[in-house]
Amino acid sequence: MSPRLPGMPSERTRLATAGAQATVAASLGARPRGDRWRGNFFLALLLLAVAIAMLALAAVIIQNAIKGSSAFGTHLVTDGPSTIFPEKAGFRPAIIGSLYLMAGVILFVVPVGVGAAVYLEEYADGSRWWNKLIELNIQNLAAVPSIIYGILGLAFIVRGPLDLGFVALAGALTLSLLVLPTVIIASREAIRAVPPSIREGSLALGATQWQTIRRQVLPASVPGIATGVILAISRALGEAAPLLLVGAATFVTFDPQPLSGGYSALPTQIFNYALRPQDEFKVVAAAGVILMLVVLLAMNSFAVWLRNRYEQQW
Amino acid sequence: MADQARRAAETATGRKGAPEIDVSSVAEGVTHGHARQGAKTVFDLESLTVSYAGKPAVKDVSMGIHENEITALIGPSGCGKSTLIRCLNRMNDLIPSASVEGKCLYHGHDLYGPSVDPVEVRKRIGMVFQKPNPFPKSIFDNVAFGPRVLGLPDVKERVERALRSAALWDEVKDRLDENAYGMSGGQQQRLCIARCIAVDPDVILMDEPCSALDPISTGRIEDLMLELKEQYSIVIVTHNMQQAARVSNRTAFLIVQLDSEEDNRWGQLVEYDETDKIFTNPSDRRTEDYVTGKVG
Repeated sequence: MSPRLPGMPSERTRLATAGAQATVAASLGARPRGDRWRGNFFLALLLLAVAIAMLALAAVIIQNAIKGSSAFGTHLVTDGPSTIFPEKAGFRPAIIGSLYLMAGVILFVVPVGVGAAVYLEEYADGSRWWNKLIELNIQNLAAVPSIIYGILGLAFIVRGPLDLGFVALAGALTLSLLVLPTVIIASREAIRAVPPSIREGSLALGATQWQTIRRQVLPASVPGIATGVILAISRALGEAAPLLLVGAATFVTFDPQPLSGGYSALPTQIFNYALRPQDEFKVVAAAGVILMLVVLLAMNSFAVWLRNRYEQQW
Repeated sequence: MADQARRAAETATGRKGAPEIDVSSVAEGVTHGHARQGAKTVFDLESLTVSYAGKPAVKDVSMGIHENEITALIGPSGCGKSTLIRCLNRMNDLIPSASVEGKCLYHGHDLYGPSVDPVEVRKRIGMVFQKPNPFPKSIFDNVAFGPRVLGLPDVKERVERALRSAALWDEVKDRLDENAYGMSGGQQQRLCIARCIAVDPDVILMDEPCSALDPISTGRIEDLMLELKEQYSIVIVTHNMQQAARVSNRTAFLIVQLDSEEDNRWGQLVEYDETDKIFTNPSDRRTEDYVTGKVG
């Protein structure tokens, strides 16, 4: 037996350790080959799903960017449609029309949507059947196809009881109805995220329920509500179908007015250009798609930033 | 008696200013049989029962809570201490299924009388909660919130006075505009106490105010309570028997009663007396077992 250096394990210890390690390694590495293959295959499927989603978006952007590149320029936003010089046609009336529409939607949807959300979260007794019915309806309304809202707008806002005619205000009200359920649902989420302890603390000081809502609950839920409103507005901005029914399809060469005369909007103007036989208009339509995508991405990014920036840590 | 009740309702709903108590009506209120000798009572509970959805949570409690004293409610979990303390400023109203029977007299006026406005009740009877619940605002705005919504004058002076009374002024005077969420747990709880006393209440209810705090913060809050009882009447719910023994003048011990046939459980008052007596020479065997640590 050789003399053992201090710190060196004996032969028997070494053997025992090696045996134990081998056993552990065997049990840890015991996955059959088929298992590993299935795991990798599944991962590949998931990546494929992500790739398909990204490819679709990339295809839209690249194709339109190439096709519309010759039309990029300031005339795109400063000039109106023109049949005489189609290569110089732009979206000025459509952009102004879309701004009116968005302003109208904000003015209508914020008070009504937040009001409805406050009622449902803070006042309504959720166990009553009528409140359950309202809740169910709002959930369903968010999923109704937008063309239905177009028909509704045509029947009740353009004609019928409101009888506004084909004006931008009618378009704004129609789009408001379309995005109202989204705003209500987002606002309710934001209000519900304010912990009950904040309400209790406020009420225990002798504040009334309205003071508590006005000064504690609503300020604390503003970022969440704003995020929901921006996302709703960006949806309203991109909608063409309901606007076609309530009068925004016209080829407008002048700056639209909010309450009178014809109006146009970005998506309907793109639709209009794309349908025209001249190739020059198709190029302008492609440039318009890029313009709208940029605006939408900017708005959505702002909404996401807002949500992350003001996320409350209760 | 009817006159007195009407006057009580008027004083309870009519006043908008500082919630000081109309002394004459107080004196009349306590003369009708429920005052103990010596100190005046703030609350007189007469066979008070609180139920949630018809099931009693605490049954048949009768006790008087005295002015400028600290009254502790102790007992095992589920004995209805929190339910009871939330009755005293009508915070139970926030739970739709809660109902109250019996009488809860505040300076002789029934808190659950038909013409009493819970908002007016809560102006006079403040509350500090188990978990510090500062508002997501600056330190100053947290304390100023109460005076502002109640329309009290001199908000700035009030905030300073309240923060001084809560022994917090020196720690926060240079960062009043910082968010209250940046404070430590103990500071947050003292901020909640400052917020409560900024509206000059008559009573402060504390529902396990130290259960989320470390021993040093707890010690500070206890010192604070001992100072505050000079001006306010304090009711505290606590799980910590040492805390009850250290700070309170009177202690009420509640237990959980089980009804094995109907599978109901509710809280019941076993003994209510001066704290010294409860901890050294209780009259009830169950109290003795609990305070000596044999059960619970």
